[in-house]
Order: sequence, then structure tokens, then C-alpha cells
Amino acid sequence: MTAQVITVTSGKGGVGKTTAVANLATALAADGKKVVCMDGDIGLRNLDVIMGLENRIVYDIVDVIEGRCKLKQAMIRDKHYPDLYLIPAAQTRDKNAVSPSDMTRICNDLRPDADFVIIDSPAGIERGFRNAIAPADRVLVVTNPEVSAVRDADRVVGILEAEEKGSPSLILNRLNPTLVRNNDMLSAEDVLDLLGIQLIGIVPEDESVIIGSNRGAPVVTDAKSRAGQAFRNIAKRLQGQEIPFMDLEQQGGLWGAIQKLTGRK
Amino acid sequence: MGFFTRKRSAESAKERLQLVLVHDRTDLTPAQLESLKNELLEAISHYIEIDPEAVQIGLERDGRSQKLVADIPLRSVSRHRAG
Repeated sequence: MTAQVITVTSGKGGVGKTTAVANLATALAADGKKVVCMDGDIGLRNLDVIMGLENRIVYDIVDVIEGRCKLKQAMIRDKHYPDLYLIPAAQTRDKNAVSPSDMTRICNDLRPDADFVIIDSPAGIERGFRNAIAPADRVLVVTNPEVSAVRDADRVVGILEAEEKGSPSLILNRLNPTLVRNNDMLSAEDVLDLLGIQLIGIVPEDESVIIGSNRGAPVVTDAKSRAGQAFRNIAKRLQGQEIPFMDLEQQGGLWGAIQKLTGRK
Repeated sequence: MGFFTRKRSAESAKERLQLVLVHDRTDLTPAQLESLKNELLEAISHYIEIDPEAVQIGLERDGRSQKLVADIPLRSVSRHRAG
């Protein structure tokens, strides 16, 4: 087994990187894969709370780097999936406690025993981001259909190209189909045209994401959630399967029916 | 502008982003682009006569690469026919 290392990054903060990592890792584990996810946001860790594992942390990634524990001791097993692990970030240290070569070494140690290593990059384009992309075989850029998020995503894509990390794949998160239909939100086509990279998934805006994070249960475990379905599809694409993109236009409800009848788009 | 002709915000977002991204990617400010244009025109006019009013020079996107596109019409020179 040789794990693929996937880094999830965005430039701008708050676009859904951590949510994407928690959901993709959980979906891959649900598909029977061995998955380790790593929180790369030293000093501002959050992947632990999104995955509901905050009470189980004993050691973190800086403890591993500084030799206070073995790598295995810092790997927290998920509550539901025995082949899903989290390596938490340190909360009381800063990003300079970790170097790009530390990240590469840890990932190389994980590779023989996992199918996927997924790294949650911090926002920004500085040290923490450099650490997160150093070991990556593949990079996923998360953005929202919103001017500042797209602009920052473009900067990140430019840096990844300059670092010869290859062309990343795009996760367009929090798309609101109603706003797009009314031409008050950038469409997936607009964002793809602007960024010029390949798409790996569109995640619709969905309140079940907030409910899931409140509970520490990623939304992919909710069979009815549209966002959960979108993340499950991305996880399948990461495994090399060809999954058609969801039709986000199928809008239920009375208002959707009226709009269809009157032909208003 | 009336209600029916009002431009929807997605269109403004796309147009503004197109401009911003071109400048971000080339690391060239609009002011620098302007002086580049002027120097380019000056150099060209040493050799051929051009119509400065009709010149169009700008950055364009082509996927992830940028192009500097120049459309520089030459001033028509009146030709004297022999005889």
C-alpha cells in the first residue's frame, strides 16, 4: 500500500477547507479505505472539533516532530470508522514549530500503511501553507462563488504552478443554485473559466453542514444531505471513479414550481 | 437605469474578477501597463507612422496563461501616383 497524499487549501479562510477534509476523509473511510487526516493549522486547530474527536487528544503533530511521542501515539482513531485517523495540530505553538521537511517525513512514514493521507492546510500563503503542500501528490483548492474567495484561490493556483505541484482540482463550495439562477451568484462555469483549472466537485449550500459540525459528525454520514452527497461523490472521484456531477438545478418546493411554470430563470 | 436593464450582480462579479486576476497574475498595475503602452508606442513610431488614437493594447487571459495583445493600425500614407 502506498498512500496518496492530498492537500486541501484555499488561500482565503472560512471557505470550508476543514469541512471538506473531514467529509472527504470520512467518506473515503466509509468506502473501506485506510485514511489519515492531518490538521496543518498549527495554533488554530479545528479539524478535531469538526470530526468530534476533541476530547481524545493526548499528543499532537509537534509532539511527534520534537520526539515526545511516536507517530502512532498521535494518531487518534475515529469513533465510527476504525480505519480513519486524525493527527491533530498543536494548539499552543506557532507554525514555525513545523517545517516542510517535517511534513514530508511524517507523510512518508504514513504512506506504507494508508490509502489516503489528507492534509488540512491553514488559510494564507505563508509557512503553514508551504508546510501543507510540501508532501502533496495532489492538491485540492476549495473556493466559494464569491469575488474575494475566487481571487485568493487564483493566487494559490499560481503559487502551486510556480512550485511545480501540478494543476490542482477545484471544489466549489457553498453554491446557492437559486442565486445562480437569478444571476446573483457566480456560476460553476464562471468560476472554472476564471480559474482555468479542472473541477472535482460542486457542493451546494446546505444547512445540514452546520448541524453536522455542531454535532461533530461530518455531513457525509447524513444520507439525505445534498452537501453530503456532493462530498461522497468527490471521494469516489478521488478513488478514480467517474461520477457525473449532481444536477443542482432540480429545485423542489412551490417557488421552484412557479419559476418553472412562468419560465423565469 | 430601469429595473429590466439592471445588470445582475454575477455579471459585475465576473467582469471585475477578470480584470483583477489579469493584473494579479502578471504583477502589473494598471499604471505600469499604461507606461508600458506609451513606451511601446514611442518605440514603434521611430520606425513607422501609427495612429495613436486607434491603438489598443491590453492583457488577455487564455486559460491560465496571459497574453499582451496589441492592435496597432498604421497610418495610411498617401501615395503619389506617377504621371
